[in-house]
Amino acid sequence: MKRHLNTLFVTTEGSYLAKDGAAVQVRFEKKTLLRVPLHNLDGIVCFGRVGFSSQLAAACAEAGVSISLMSPHGRFRAAVVGFSPGNVLLRRQQYRAADDAEATARIARNCITGKIANCRSVLLRAARDVREEDRAGRLKLAAKQLAPILRRVAKADDADTVRGYEGESASKYFASFGDLTSVNAFQMNNRSRRPPLDPINALLSFLYAMLAHDARSACEACGLDAAVGFLHRDRPGRPGCALDLMEEFRPVLADRLAFSLINRKQVSSKGFEVTSSGAVRMDDKTRKTVLTAYQTRKQDTIEHPFLGEKTTMGLLIHLQARLLARHLRGDLDEYPAFIWK
Amino acid sequence: MTYLDDDLLPISALQHYLFCPRQCALIHLEQVWAENHLTMEGLLLHERADSPTHETRPRDAGGSVRVERALPIRSLELGLIGKADIVEFHHAGRSQQSGVSPAAPRIIPVEYKRGKPKANDCDRVQLCAQAMCLEEMCATEVTEGALFYGTRRRRTDVVFDDDLRRRTTQTIDALRAMIQKRVTPAAVRTKACDKCSLIDLCLPDVTSGQRSVSRFISRQLASHLQDDKLDA
Repeated sequence: MKRHLNTLFVTTEGSYLAKDGAAVQVRFEKKTLLRVPLHNLDGIVCFGRVGFSSQLAAACAEAGVSISLMSPHGRFRAAVVGFSPGNVLLRRQQYRAADDAEATARIARNCITGKIANCRSVLLRAARDVREEDRAGRLKLAAKQLAPILRRVAKADDADTVRGYEGESASKYFASFGDLTSVNAFQMNNRSRRPPLDPINALLSFLYAMLAHDARSACEACGLDAAVGFLHRDRPGRPGCALDLMEEFRPVLADRLAFSLINRKQVSSKGFEVTSSGAVRMDDKTRKTVLTAYQTRKQDTIEHPFLGEKTTMGLLIHLQARLLARHLRGDLDEYPAFIWK
Repeated sequence: MTYLDDDLLPISALQHYLFCPRQCALIHLEQVWAENHLTMEGLLLHERADSPTHETRPRDAGGSVRVERALPIRSLELGLIGKADIVEFHHAGRSQQSGVSPAAPRIIPVEYKRGKPKANDCDRVQLCAQAMCLEEMCATEVTEGALFYGTRRRRTDVVFDDDLRRRTTQTIDALRAMIQKRVTPAAVRTKACDKCSLIDLCLPDVTSGQRSVSRFISRQLASHLQDDKLDA
């Protein structure tokens, strides 16, 4: 079993990471802030201007700890990883499946089936928590509208059809985001990504970036090529397989977390600044709150519906990557997407 | 037929194959590995035997034993490569030597194992394969070896008779066939799985062929969409 390890997030720009024996040392202005043994980590994520030594990079690559370099707002820029696990047969099978329309459709269909089902669960759970009857009613209605799309996508036998249903469900789902919170500052007009144009979009983009990072590590860790996807077509620089795996987790790990942070007033509109271009940025304090909440959420335990074993939300994505690998190697008839209830 | 360097299979794979062909495929075809407490114990036990050293001890009657640790061995006939924990080269004493040239030493491979002797003969097959490698490399016969079990702390002698040699070549053939086909066999769930460090990568409970994902998805969806039906 992959052990549950921590991710070290370095958000202080100007800090420097060095190798100190079998540990990583975080320095800032010539003072050592922190020392973490490498065997406690599965990843180091650096935001913005953070430096590190080549010795640390090599030690991390060897210990299987990835170092990811993100923009200050959480966009992935580069990673230091060691040799990929040597499962060349799995990779070849992955490429063959990606070239095969039928195999691609089957995997893409299950990813999106999981995603839409999980979107519905987010809406229905919120409906149960909401006191205002009209808001709850609208959330239930939105979930209801997703049901026929879910039924159809579960039977789809070609990837473009799956992509169509995914778009249709996404626009219905995002349209109901207004009812997920009554906090005005976090109302969403449109999903805007590059750049996010309001606080909720900034918050979601940041969480999606963290999730994509984890999905990428999960692919790498079980020998899948993170770049070759099924639902997401190849595009240089895009981690297609990681994005595929991520779909079913977006509602559960990112969207729901974003709205509980807002509704519990753990983040407020004051933590977001609008730049002169209209792009919205999170301040350092908010980013830290979000990262902490994300890490805490990953510790929550859950029973895996297919494996029937207790696991944590954080390991779930690793298990899904492994199940995808086992499907590609012919051990499972289909990819068992994670359906959350 | 002789094999080329690139086609040599690790001797340790024979033991994996006899324990579970799927475990063997996961390690040697898919190159996954996971440690558990059992593999860690094995590692610690091997630490000393694994450092390449040698020493020569005098024996009675003027003979001597040269003990080689972590000796690299291979056989191009069998297509195997590996490392022997310990190989003893027993040189006879002067009184037993005839003529000018000294007699070939008696070779005894010794393998360290954690735990106790196993029910199946995987340790004996591994040792026999080492012996056959040594026979090819030293151009001599190797008729016996020994296994040293951690919990027993005592040597168990192994005689390389025809039966064991046949069993060894059969295992090598089966292993090679599997590696060449590049197919990981389906899981078979047994009690042994609980001891296997790869259980979480192998997932025998869901990959042993009885569980259908398509049925699982339908069931999940039906139960997920229950509320929708109720409201309709």
